[in-house]
Amino acid sequence: MKPARNLTLFLLLAPAVIWLGLLIILPHVEILVLSLSERVGPRVYKFGFGNYLEFFTEPLYWRTFARTAIMSILVTVITLVLAFPIALYIARVAQGRLKAMLLLLCLLPFWVSELVRTLGWMMLLRETGLISYLLQMTGLVGQPVEMLYNDGAVILGLVYGGLLFMIVPLANALESLEPSVVEAGYDLGGSRWTVLRRIVIPHATPGIVAGSIIVFMLTVGNFATPVLLGGKNGLWFTEQIYAQFITRFNWPQGAAFGMLLLVLSSAIVWAGLRLSGQSLGTTLRQA
Amino acid sequence: MLTKRASLKLATAFAALMIAGGAQAAEKLRLLTWADYAPADVVQQFTKETGIEVEITLSNNEEMISKLRATQGAGFDLIQPSQDRIAGPQQEFGIYKPLDLSKLKSDLFIASMLEATKKNTTVDGKVYGVPHIWGTDGLVVNTKAAPNVADYPDLCSPAVAGKSSFRAKRPTLIAFAFANGMDPFAAYKDQKQYADMMEKVGAKLAECKKNVKFFWDGKDQLLNALRSGEVVAAMAWDTGGWKLNSENPDIKFIAPKSGALGWVDTFAIPAKGRNDDAAYKWINFNMRPEIAAKVAASAGNFTASNGADKLMQGKLKDQFAESFPKAAIDNIKWYPAVPAGIEEIEGKVLDRLKAGS
Amino acid sequence: MRAAMASSSDLDLVAVTKRFGPHLAVNDVSFSVTRGDFFSILGPSGCGKTTLMRMIAGFEDPTSGDIRIRGKSMVGVPANRRPVNMVFQSLALFPMMSVGENVAYGLNCRGVARAEAEQRATRMLERVGLKGFAERRVTALSGGQRQRVAIARCLVLEPTLVLLDEPLGALDLKLREHMKIELKQLQSTFNTTFAYITHDQSEALVMSDRIAVMNQGRFEQVGSPRELYHNPATPFVASFVGETNRWSGEGGGAGGTDIRLAAGATVHSTGIVPAKSVLCFVRPEAVALSANAESLASLPNRFEGRVSAVLFDGANSSLLIDTQGFDQPIRAVLPQAGPLAGIEVGASIHLGWTADAMKVFPA
Repeated sequence: MKPARNLTLFLLLAPAVIWLGLLIILPHVEILVLSLSERVGPRVYKFGFGNYLEFFTEPLYWRTFARTAIMSILVTVITLVLAFPIALYIARVAQGRLKAMLLLLCLLPFWVSELVRTLGWMMLLRETGLISYLLQMTGLVGQPVEMLYNDGAVILGLVYGGLLFMIVPLANALESLEPSVVEAGYDLGGSRWTVLRRIVIPHATPGIVAGSIIVFMLTVGNFATPVLLGGKNGLWFTEQIYAQFITRFNWPQGAAFGMLLLVLSSAIVWAGLRLSGQSLGTTLRQA
Repeated sequence: MLTKRASLKLATAFAALMIAGGAQAAEKLRLLTWADYAPADVVQQFTKETGIEVEITLSNNEEMISKLRATQGAGFDLIQPSQDRIAGPQQEFGIYKPLDLSKLKSDLFIASMLEATKKNTTVDGKVYGVPHIWGTDGLVVNTKAAPNVADYPDLCSPAVAGKSSFRAKRPTLIAFAFANGMDPFAAYKDQKQYADMMEKVGAKLAECKKNVKFFWDGKDQLLNALRSGEVVAAMAWDTGGWKLNSENPDIKFIAPKSGALGWVDTFAIPAKGRNDDAAYKWINFNMRPEIAAKVAASAGNFTASNGADKLMQGKLKDQFAESFPKAAIDNIKWYPAVPAGIEEIEGKVLDRLKAGS
Repeated sequence: MRAAMASSSDLDLVAVTKRFGPHLAVNDVSFSVTRGDFFSILGPSGCGKTTLMRMIAGFEDPTSGDIRIRGKSMVGVPANRRPVNMVFQSLALFPMMSVGENVAYGLNCRGVARAEAEQRATRMLERVGLKGFAERRVTALSGGQRQRVAIARCLVLEPTLVLLDEPLGALDLKLREHMKIELKQLQSTFNTTFAYITHDQSEALVMSDRIAVMNQGRFEQVGSPRELYHNPATPFVASFVGETNRWSGEGGGAGGTDIRLAAGATVHSTGIVPAKSVLCFVRPEAVALSANAESLASLPNRFEGRVSAVLFDGANSSLLIDTQGFDQPIRAVLPQAGPLAGIEVGASIHLGWTADAMKVFPA
């Protein structure tokens, strides 16, 4: 009886184990091994930490990472600030059909690929694009304005792409807040700000943290948006990885960068969790 | 236990798999190439003549090499990297197979071009590539808006401030090196000297950066910007220039004073290609003048096929004649093979160019 | 006279009406609550009592009329500026705060210094019997403890008026009985005016100084529990407050006091009954029982019936008696100390009541 039960358990777990093993753990192990090999000459490699050392000794690389991380944090914060009122409205004000409509509206941009969405922004923002044209039409500016190819455009594109992933966990968290708890907050003399700060936000914290982690990780690892909307000065860390792998044929260096991206962005998330006093467990449950 | 219906389904699926596997066995050529190098009518004709199906994957130089490197040369039967991207990657990764020149009809090629390409793609006495399509890198200029652009450094002049563009890639480094009186190709063999040279070029480009609207990446992105007037002068391929010239006569492809950069795309066989016979058949078929003329027209470039130029349409010929007077043709700088390690040096310079502000 | 009334009352509602679209939730309600009173609004669910309470708290605005607290109009004053605090049906404790923080919250909002707020919260918790609970999570409390936190959270602010929205609804019976007494005691110790809404007449009767019975958006009657019980002003109050027997009938007219019930029996009331259809109410405890007819001879209403059910409930035990001429069995209190204590189903029994024990209303 018992061996049979163990077999059943094994069979039930097998797909998950294979999935985890083949698609997540194995590639990472391979990347890790690759990142620890240094090129000595044509087709000759040796074991070493040189590729990691390169990241810390060449300012170009760690500065690019720092820039990417800081901009990603900024994008996460902006996304949060924009998403919060929307999520609050969806969760607490909108009812029935309107609620479904609003969620659908947030989802709509994701029916087309990221590339198409980004190209859409390019059409709007370019010098000969719609916004520039409208500004000229209304006489606000005298000549075409270029709004593309700068950090602002990158942040705009990334915030747009991250909004849904912030709204859904936030709306989820806010929905579970009992209306009478909010009313009690007012009833006992709280102002809007006090109620928001002491009741609504603490209640939504797991949702805020979950949304922030998702948006931050998506942003740090994004490729198309910074490449297409970014200017000649803006290099995203993923572009460095791409360059090492594809244009430079330097796989070990690219692998090291990939591992560093994983480790450093995880460290930032960990620090964020510590700062907000949340555990990963409660956060994942919320998400 | 399986129910009767479930086992029936399973059997059907299995049978379907077997049939699909059988279809796989029909002769097939897996071609990794550039856009427009294998037009549909040419492929159809080839299949009709030989019974071989052609499966086409589109790519560029860097991705072609990366793809083959990932599989150590498997997954494709014939690929078309530029001639300077064969010797280096071969030494480093061993992704190509030596060509059996006896299987190629060498009289179909322009003799001088075949010899030059063979020389450039020879590693340890073995030849790895033969020429197919060639063209140049130069300047695409809206001559009305920017009448004074005649050489690469003119992209950095105040006259075209905020309206010029080039790629943050190696051809730009090479071009600016020549334009500033250096000879990067001569420096290939000495990495130290080459690194110093690239530092200097990098500094020049960094200065020029404020003038540039964007570093262009995809051809369509650049062509659109030139069409709309957002960009009036750019370093780009001749074909793009001629394409725009057909739409707007003001836009011209100009061979720069310091020389256009000449490239040749080749035929090469991956190390683990499975159907070499089909690959040779495709090469010989493609080099036939009437086929080569069709491909050249589709790509908008020139072919290494002997005699195909006589069959080409007049327009491109006229455009070529306008862009390339005799002296300009002689001044074309043909890329020699890139030794291993050179891209590493260039890469860092380019990264700094892109990252610095 | 008016001024005197206003000065001694904490809450005055003047002709308050609330409409939700075409639905009239509260219809022209006026009343006053005297300082220090335990005032209840009693009514079935959907009668408008919750809307009324939310208007007093400031969560809804009246469509017309005025709400005054200590003579000051509250119309347009937001909930967080009213000297009124509410204990919610679900209690609505803040789960993200500790017990102490819950109680100190209102003080924080008023700008009381942190240390002082903490001190006052701790003292308040002591007074409601929750000494040493300040650090606990509210989720770790029992139902009764949560109840006390919810009340402490209001009382610490020393409000003019505390509103309670059926706060005992979620408790089990035993605890509910206990909390009824505790609430009443708390109210008298703090001497704060309580306005309590409930659909449970026994809660209202036990705790209140005065009760308003509400039905379909209107007040049917306002009075002391005793008044409502013994002198209901309307048939609704008579049937909603306390247990009662209820029959419909027809007055004999011609200045007589006879009423002919629909099922055939004739009963006698004190007043003159017009020749119209009427409703008659008799409390179960007003029905006298006897094994023989003689001992009931003095009663104007006398009948004989057969016990159809014995509802044993200790001191509240009663009998259901099938009686000729009545459409339903008559309910009568069965004293557990008397000679009839051991009566069985099927036994024959005599019953009767005085003329003034029966309330008669035009139907």
